[in-house]
Amino acid sequence: MAVRPAKEKELYGQLTLALEKYKGKPGVLIAALQEAQQVFGYLPRKVMIHVANELTIPLAEVYSVVSFYSLFSTVPVGVHRLEVCMGTACYVRGAEQLLKELQKKTGAEPGKVTADGLFSVATTRCVGACSAAPVIKIGEELHGGATPGQLDALLEELKKR
Amino acid sequence: MPKLLIDDRELEVEEGITVLEAARKAGIDIPTLCYLKDLNAPAACRVCLVQVEGRPTMDASCVLPAQEGMKVYTHTPAVLSARKQMIELLLSDHPFECLTCERNLNCELQRMAKRYGIRDLRLEGARNHFPIDDLSPSVVREPDKCIRCRRCISVCEYYQSAGIYRMVERSFNAVAGPAFNGSLMETPCIYCGQCITVCPTGALREQDSTGRVWEALQDPGLHVVVQTAPSIRSTIGEEFGYPVGTLLTGQMVASLRRLGFDRVFDDCFGADVTVMEEATELMERLERGGPFPQFTSCCPSWVRFCESFYPGLIDNLSEVKSPQQCFGALAKTYYAREAGIDPARIFVVSIMPCVSKKYELLRPEMADSGCRDVDAELSTREFAQMLFQAGIDLRKLPEEEFDSPMGYASGAGVIFGSTGGVMEATLRTVYEWVTGKELDRVEFPEVRSQEYKDAEIQMGEKRLKVAVARGTGEARRLIEAILKGEKEYHFVEVMACPSGCVGGGGQPIYIETNDWNEQVAHRSRRAGGLFDSDRSKEFRKAHHNPSIVKLYSDFLGRPGNDLAHRLLHTRYVSRKLYAPEPLPKKEHKQKVQPL
Amino acid sequence: MSTLLEELAEERIRLETGHRILICGGIPCTSLGCRKVKEALEDELRRRGIEGQIPVEVVGCIGDCSLGPAMIVYPEGIVYQKLKPEDARAIVKEHLAKGRIVEKLLHRDPRTKEIIRQREQMPFYRDQSRLVLRNCGVISAHIDDYIKYRGYAALARALAEMTPEQVIEEVKTAGLRGRGGGGFPTGRKWEIIRAAAGEEKYVICNADEGDPGAFMDRNILEGDPHSVLEGMIIAGYAAGARQGYIYVRAEYPMAVRRAREAIAQAREKKLLGENIFEKGFNFDIAIRIGAGAFVCGEETALISSIHGTRGDPNPRPPFPAQKGLWGMPTLINNVETLANIPLIVLHGGARFAGLGTPGSSGTKVFALAGKVNRAGLVEVPLGTPLRKIVFDIGGGIPGDKRFKAAQTGGPSGGCLGPELLDIPMDYRSLQEAGSMVGSGGLIIMDEDTCMVDIARFYLDFTQDESCGKCTPCRIGTKRMLEILEKITAGKGEERDLETLEQLALLLKNSSLCGLGRSAPNPVLSTLHRFQDEYLAHIRERRCPAGVCPNLSRPWIMEDKCRACGICSRLCPAAAITGKKGTPYRIDPAKCIDCTKCFEECPFDAIGRGGGVYAETADR
Ligand SMILES: Cc1cc2nc3c(=O)[nH]c(=O)nc-3n(C[C@H](O)[C@H](O)[C@H](O)COP(=O)(O)O)c2cc1C
Ligand code: SF4
Ligand code: SF4
Ligand code: SF4
Ligand code: SF4
Ligand code: SF4
Ligand code: SF4
Ligand code: SF4
Ligand code: SF4
Ligand code: FES
Ligand code: FES
Ligand code: FES
Repeated sequence: MAVRPAKEKELYGQLTLALEKYKGKPGVLIAALQEAQQVFGYLPRKVMIHVANELTIPLAEVYSVVSFYSLFSTVPVGVHRLEVCMGTACYVRGAEQLLKELQKKTGAEPGKVTADGLFSVATTRCVGACSAAPVIKIGEELHGGATPGQLDALLEELKKR
Repeated sequence: MPKLLIDDRELEVEEGITVLEAARKAGIDIPTLCYLKDLNAPAACRVCLVQVEGRPTMDASCVLPAQEGMKVYTHTPAVLSARKQMIELLLSDHPFECLTCERNLNCELQRMAKRYGIRDLRLEGARNHFPIDDLSPSVVREPDKCIRCRRCISVCEYYQSAGIYRMVERSFNAVAGPAFNGSLMETPCIYCGQCITVCPTGALREQDSTGRVWEALQDPGLHVVVQTAPSIRSTIGEEFGYPVGTLLTGQMVASLRRLGFDRVFDDCFGADVTVMEEATELMERLERGGPFPQFTSCCPSWVRFCESFYPGLIDNLSEVKSPQQCFGALAKTYYAREAGIDPARIFVVSIMPCVSKKYELLRPEMADSGCRDVDAELSTREFAQMLFQAGIDLRKLPEEEFDSPMGYASGAGVIFGSTGGVMEATLRTVYEWVTGKELDRVEFPEVRSQEYKDAEIQMGEKRLKVAVARGTGEARRLIEAILKGEKEYHFVEVMACPSGCVGGGGQPIYIETNDWNEQVAHRSRRAGGLFDSDRSKEFRKAHHNPSIVKLYSDFLGRPGNDLAHRLLHTRYVSRKLYAPEPLPKKEHKQKVQPL
Repeated sequence: MSTLLEELAEERIRLETGHRILICGGIPCTSLGCRKVKEALEDELRRRGIEGQIPVEVVGCIGDCSLGPAMIVYPEGIVYQKLKPEDARAIVKEHLAKGRIVEKLLHRDPRTKEIIRQREQMPFYRDQSRLVLRNCGVISAHIDDYIKYRGYAALARALAEMTPEQVIEEVKTAGLRGRGGGGFPTGRKWEIIRAAAGEEKYVICNADEGDPGAFMDRNILEGDPHSVLEGMIIAGYAAGARQGYIYVRAEYPMAVRRAREAIAQAREKKLLGENIFEKGFNFDIAIRIGAGAFVCGEETALISSIHGTRGDPNPRPPFPAQKGLWGMPTLINNVETLANIPLIVLHGGARFAGLGTPGSSGTKVFALAGKVNRAGLVEVPLGTPLRKIVFDIGGGIPGDKRFKAAQTGGPSGGCLGPELLDIPMDYRSLQEAGSMVGSGGLIIMDEDTCMVDIARFYLDFTQDESCGKCTPCRIGTKRMLEILEKITAGKGEERDLETLEQLALLLKNSSLCGLGRSAPNPVLSTLHRFQDEYLAHIRERRCPAGVCPNLSRPWIMEDKCRACGICSRLCPAAAITGKKGTPYRIDPAKCIDCTKCFEECPFDAIGRGGGVYAETADR
């Protein structure tokens, strides 16, 4: 989704403000990037450059960190980010099948957002709800005991939100 | 002083050294790939494995401190097999292109494969395939050949403080590269090429200009002149098996004639011109009262560093062009007039210790002669390559003289190739101009050193505070101190490479040591030849060089006048650090990747 | 020590006087709708005008999540289960107003039909020894509750009555070993850092919990964060540190929130900050949030991450205890390790050491998951037999399937087969069996799990999580994974197993950090224990568990087929032929793997994983 220029300007203003507290302090890059990702939803190239310049950290360092940690995304994510847990407990309880179904039903390719910008489907590392395996994470919410059969209802409900 | 057993032999070693060094002392050469002592020790490649009794796994000896009572085994069958497998693993993610690789026969990985007798490739599988980055005018990256030793990261971060590289991505795809694993052109890379000199493989190399030069030499319509940088005369020999630092000026000139250059000139002449102009500028600043310090500007990497990271100091950079560019501008004006040749027909090639000069000659400002002042640059390595191709053996050549009118240089111009040399050359002239007296001692040992050096030079009434920095990392520390008001200087020399141009990014690559300080020492030994040459010169000060006197009397007039300004001075620009959008990539033929 | 458990239980009954309701807000319950139950309950209380008189609190997982949404009503400690919003009415009307327990909402043991009122009577709990988890789910995460249950008394005792050396001595007496995976003796670690020279020292609580399948650290941080803080402050006192960090993974937003709140509460009560308990001891705690990298659980990588860079591990020595965070001596302990500390200091190391086995004292929380009836956190004395955990506590395997393996220690651990069901779950026994206690992940696998696929799964994980720094792990895990993919795709060759094992040993022996060194464990342990499964994939081109898609086609077991012909009629691909009297046959070339025959055969004569021979495996 293209962000309107006015909106974009506002977001950069917000980011600059947020970065203020990190300036000149050691060990802040990850926290700063987490905040930047919160503001923009993901970390496009220009945002990384902005962070590098504001914090006077080499851009290579910024990218190095972004490309290392799996929670940083350099591509936009859907309004609803559906993440299927691929931890062991979920895997042995059929997470893989769940993922395939979810991709089929939303039409979202791995790592990409659907054309309407509504859904993106990804896998996640264990979210610590293994006793409810398999688990789908939607934003901050967790859905335990998920079965392919429930997916239609779940997606319908999300579309209404 | 811990005592330990290495392969059952007792050994007493200094406190704090590693098992690797201890083994060296015992005459055992443990192989290394990533290690570069005192610069880089990530313990990443794992080819230096040893077995220490009582430890559950093998250890990387390059980072393991030698301790009292240790029993180390360096070549048990298990250790050797592990090392061998390590190399096999590396090769399983490596293109097999030795025959077409720049580092063929001078590659640490290749050498390791030979040393461990790798005869077949048992391990095969997917290989990384990264785009080649050849957009920059100087440095080409071929990440498929990268073995993730991180030396480039360290040299660029710690020595140059440019911070261009990091490990990017992770897991199997982790690789050393600039941001986005994109192009160096999108970064403030200063093109010093130091990363090339430490890279153990062909993953980093210079832009190849030999093809362009061969073409020019074949072109009957072109008058091809060559200028050789001060340091080449004492480094080209290394490629032909001479001991480091052997001065081969005459043979070098002869070889260039045989390659087919129409005129063989000395870039030290250009250096003398730079001294004349830069000394004049310093005099002017002394009169005007600043701005101080005046920074030398003959190293394009340092200039680019200043433009990118300290644009506020641009006014402190000397306006005078580097010797390469002074020479080029004069070749296409002064020499063209003297020889009666249309400057458009003159093709100026420079042979430099440097990969940055490839970039410098392309700077838009560098066309004051009315055409591109310099047309192509060859590094020392490329020069040697051309000689090999042509079958010209330096060892069999007579000594010949440079051509005139741009072939005669003073000793001042020659020492430009070493760190402190630009400073000393300039001081020799400034001293006499300021005091009006002859400088009897000529040399300035107070600015000659392999370490950061500052000094106060008494010049009559005046005390000139000067400093010499090598490596832009050192320059950054110096600048920060100046900006904080902790240090104050009139004149500062910065060269980006260790030991100056003798340690340049285009010089022969020396892989016989895994110790950075030894590397640097090796490079500084090359300077020996230059100082010898200086001492043997009849004229050792630029302003005494008769060719220079003639240049000014016949052509330029006075140093610093309008014509000199137009041809020999330049402007600098403040640079954005990063390209906001990725640059369009060049098309590459997709190489066939066997799976 | 069982007296300690009893003591804690008695104490709880003594402490809970009035009515109070704890609603489970654990993830399973949340996903089953506990929020609506809470709302209904509050509505009901409001309707009766008694809101505010009876506290309703949300707590972390209270128990057997298969019974969610669940709640506990105090003072009796009654557990109501499988609640719906409409049940709120009965609870208020009957239980709260009249003191009559609502029988129909109680859990009934499916086998014994016994009605279960309190948590302690549930089969899931009866055989547990909840020390570390003593507060989880039974009190709220608020500091007042914690203090009510003698929280921070251990800290008070340490600061008032003990020197740092005495604290360390107590921990050594307890024989506590690190619960984060390494199993290093905690007291000794503290001693080393106390002795290390450094103008600053740091304490880090490792809450990265990267083992996929383990969730005890999450539970402790969410359910009882103050026990971790208290452990950290005591550790700081013992080690001589003034600053602590909790490094917690971002995947645990609730744990982050709870830890933040707990720190704020402790600061307010002056249990953090300057001059704690007026004893001149200063200590504070900050939170650092991970960004998604398993390797950051490794100590040196964790430190790199707090430094704000990639989580690159570094060679040891120097150990973090010598040169860690910001170059200073640094103590790193796991969440569960730290949560043990208050108990040890308060009740004495000797009592703690009385639990468990020699060399493996105390209890360990296992995260029981996978193919078991009752999944959840199980805390038992170290040395408890695996069988007891899986069958008595976990209620066995669903659908009466056969137990095939238990995977312990996550991606660094190994698989235990049925012949090891009686293995005591302690550090030494598991290590000897080629696995490890690790962080306490315990995944149960049944006959439907393919062990080659599991090995592939773990390697896929470790390969993806490899930081890519060192050669053996960056390339070696890739090559191993490729071989396993080849085998599960039905293209394996026997010599691949040799290469696989060779690589596995190389990685174990030469990798830079624990990730690469332990990544081969799942492969090695399955290779040794389930070799026949590997061979079936390679020689017979079949996946006995019917998991690997290329190697799992239905097949008819000749001895079971009664030639009824049903499958043949149902098959949409006309792949099944046969005639009366002789077993039917499936033509693998025609079968489209719709699984119909497999599901419908009245005599269960059709199995999966029957194998397709090489020619068809590529389809
Ligand atoms: C790859 C890898 C991942 C690890 N992950 C964790 C983890 O998630 N949590 C943890 O507490 N320890 C983890 N550890 C172990 C820690 O490095 C360290 O040993 C532990 O935190 C020390 O605390 P303890 O002595 O209290 O167990 C991991 C180790 C490795 C090699
Ligand atoms: S980098 Fe070395 S090993 Fe690789 S192709 Fe070039 S010469 Fe051969
Ligand atoms: S090294 Fe071997 S393969 Fe290469 S050219 Fe020589 S003989 Fe041929
Ligand atoms: S050329 Fe110099 S500045 Fe550029 S990447 Fe290499 S070392 Fe760094
Ligand atoms: S590019 Fe060269 S120096 Fe840099 S990490 Fe790769 S192999 Fe090493
Ligand atoms: S020091 Fe010399 S060789 Fe190095 S970049 Fe500067 S000019 Fe080039
Ligand atoms: S073993 Fe793996 S995770 Fe550890 S340093 Fe090496 S590559 Fe990184
Ligand atoms: S349905 Fe079962 S029993 Fe009947 S023919 Fe098929 S396999 Fe045999
Ligand atoms: S799985 Fe489907 S297609 Fe295959 S044999 Fe059975 S019924 Fe026929
Ligand atoms: S494995 Fe999926 S939540 Fe833990
Ligand atoms: S690990 Fe020692 S040289 Fe690379
Ligand atoms: S989450 Fe509610 S009982 Fe486990």
